[in-house]
Amino acid sequence: MLGYLLRRMISLGLSLLVASALIFSVVELVPGDPASFMLGTGAQPETLAALRSQMGLDQPLPLRYARWLAAILQGDFGQSFTYKTPIAGMIAERMTVSLPLAVMALLLAAVIAFPVGLFAAARRGRIGDAAVMGGTQLGIALPNFWFAMLLVLLFSVRLRLLPAGGFPGWGQPVAALTALLLPAVALALPQAAILARVLRSALIETQGQDYIRTARAKGLSAAQTLRRHALRNAMVPVLTIMGMQFSFLLAGAIIIENVFYLPGLGRLIFQAISQRDLIVVQSAVLVLVAAVIAVTFLVDLAYAAVDPRLRRR
Amino acid sequence: MRAGMILGAGLAGLALLAAALSLVWTPHDITQMAIAQRLQPPSAVHPFGTDQFGRDILSMAMLGARVSIAVALVAVGIGMGAGVPLGLIAAAHRGGWIDELVMRGNDLVFAFPSLVIAILITAVFGPSAINAIIAIGIFNIPVFARVTRGGALPIWTLDYVRAAEVAGKGRALISLQHILPNIANLLIVQGTIQFSLGILAEAGLSYVGLGAQPPTPSWGRMLAEAQTLVTLAPHVAIIPGLCIVLTVLGLNLLGDGLRDALDPRLKTLR
Repeated sequence: MLGYLLRRMISLGLSLLVASALIFSVVELVPGDPASFMLGTGAQPETLAALRSQMGLDQPLPLRYARWLAAILQGDFGQSFTYKTPIAGMIAERMTVSLPLAVMALLLAAVIAFPVGLFAAARRGRIGDAAVMGGTQLGIALPNFWFAMLLVLLFSVRLRLLPAGGFPGWGQPVAALTALLLPAVALALPQAAILARVLRSALIETQGQDYIRTARAKGLSAAQTLRRHALRNAMVPVLTIMGMQFSFLLAGAIIIENVFYLPGLGRLIFQAISQRDLIVVQSAVLVLVAAVIAVTFLVDLAYAAVDPRLRRR
Repeated sequence: MRAGMILGAGLAGLALLAAALSLVWTPHDITQMAIAQRLQPPSAVHPFGTDQFGRDILSMAMLGARVSIAVALVAVGIGMGAGVPLGLIAAAHRGGWIDELVMRGNDLVFAFPSLVIAILITAVFGPSAINAIIAIGIFNIPVFARVTRGGALPIWTLDYVRAAEVAGKGRALISLQHILPNIANLLIVQGTIQFSLGILAEAGLSYVGLGAQPPTPSWGRMLAEAQTLVTLAPHVAIIPGLCIVLTVLGLNLLGDGLRDALDPRLKTLR
């Protein structure tokens, strides 16, 4: 287990390093540098050169990357051009909306997907299974932002049950959770459809196995076998998908936040894009990617816990 | 499952037909604004109603189909064009450094949330349909590389491929003549799936303003414009969304049906 952990941690570190290098270089490709952007088009060449050397922009690329990374590792993402405030604080503040939203959506997706997947697997080939599978096809095809608009139309405009947008802050926990409910449902449903399908086929795949036959032979009902024996073995593919879905949800939150005017990381990214505040975009994307890589790492560890066979690889 | 495949082919075919037809004809001219006619519900003259400028939504949706389909299709082309050769090379030199490089590169791209990178690319290089294509296409490359490699590996162990090797055929020639035709089915199925994912991705990017730019209509942009009008005239938001859902649903059903038809082993699982 220790060797496995060590190998996974080395690969985690490498992934983070390569990801940060890629994100750094993409932004480097933009014509014009931050100094010329800050001074505008009318700047004197001398002033520009002075600011560039002050910002360290006249140094070679690898050195600038190393400095950028070193600063980030100490929690310093630099300053936003437009707001003149430290980016780390802005991102941390926005994360208090985006992260709970993604977690809520993931929980909702699991809560919906598990009963649905179990139901479909238990009724494989019958009308209930076909209906559920048809429903999941529809769920997969739903663009979540459009589904979000329909939810607003129904629950906010027609029924006046839930807020159509905005976020009151965590000072009012109930109102805050209510504000996140519709966005979380919009994010969760398409992912729940995928998860239910994966769970169903993973469960069905276990059906031919000897241990299932043994369980049936010793007198357990089909439903009991499914819950007690098949489900645990179906967890490996299901965990894989859930790990990947967390990254979809975090990324998807970027778009959903715009539908509901939620002050999360997504709104920050789009505001920064429209203000050409690229250093904010770069930092926010880096944080998102790092979060996704970290979640993948945790899922790998979770596998090893669920399935001891994987530790030896 | 047959019925699903036919339904899927029908839906996808309808979208393709609407896009093709829009090249030569649309019911109304969408460059003509008619403010007096704005936000009208569906009627005989405007089957899908009109938008906030009085433009015919059916005509807009047809033109939108063109953008959505073109972006997704070219993105699949990029993915196949680069991914299939990479996968073939990796399988031909399995265990070698190229194989290792392709697989590790794959892992890395899979670790990235594709939408976030697409947003970064379009933010840096400016929003446009072309940049949306590139952003979506890049993420198709590892998908096709992995599918190609995975499909090619077992074929390399078959006797007739061994025989070709013994007869002195080069690996590149074997890949082209023996491996590629055998994994064509796999690639068609994956292509259908990536096509549908591409349509969803394009809609998302256009919706946040990072895809097709005005005045080019696309389904995602129509939804973005509809957002503030949804309470006044729900049809403005419902129609483009339905276009996306039905096209993606059609492609997914078609892909599933093709996979079952082409790979009989999977049928036993159902």
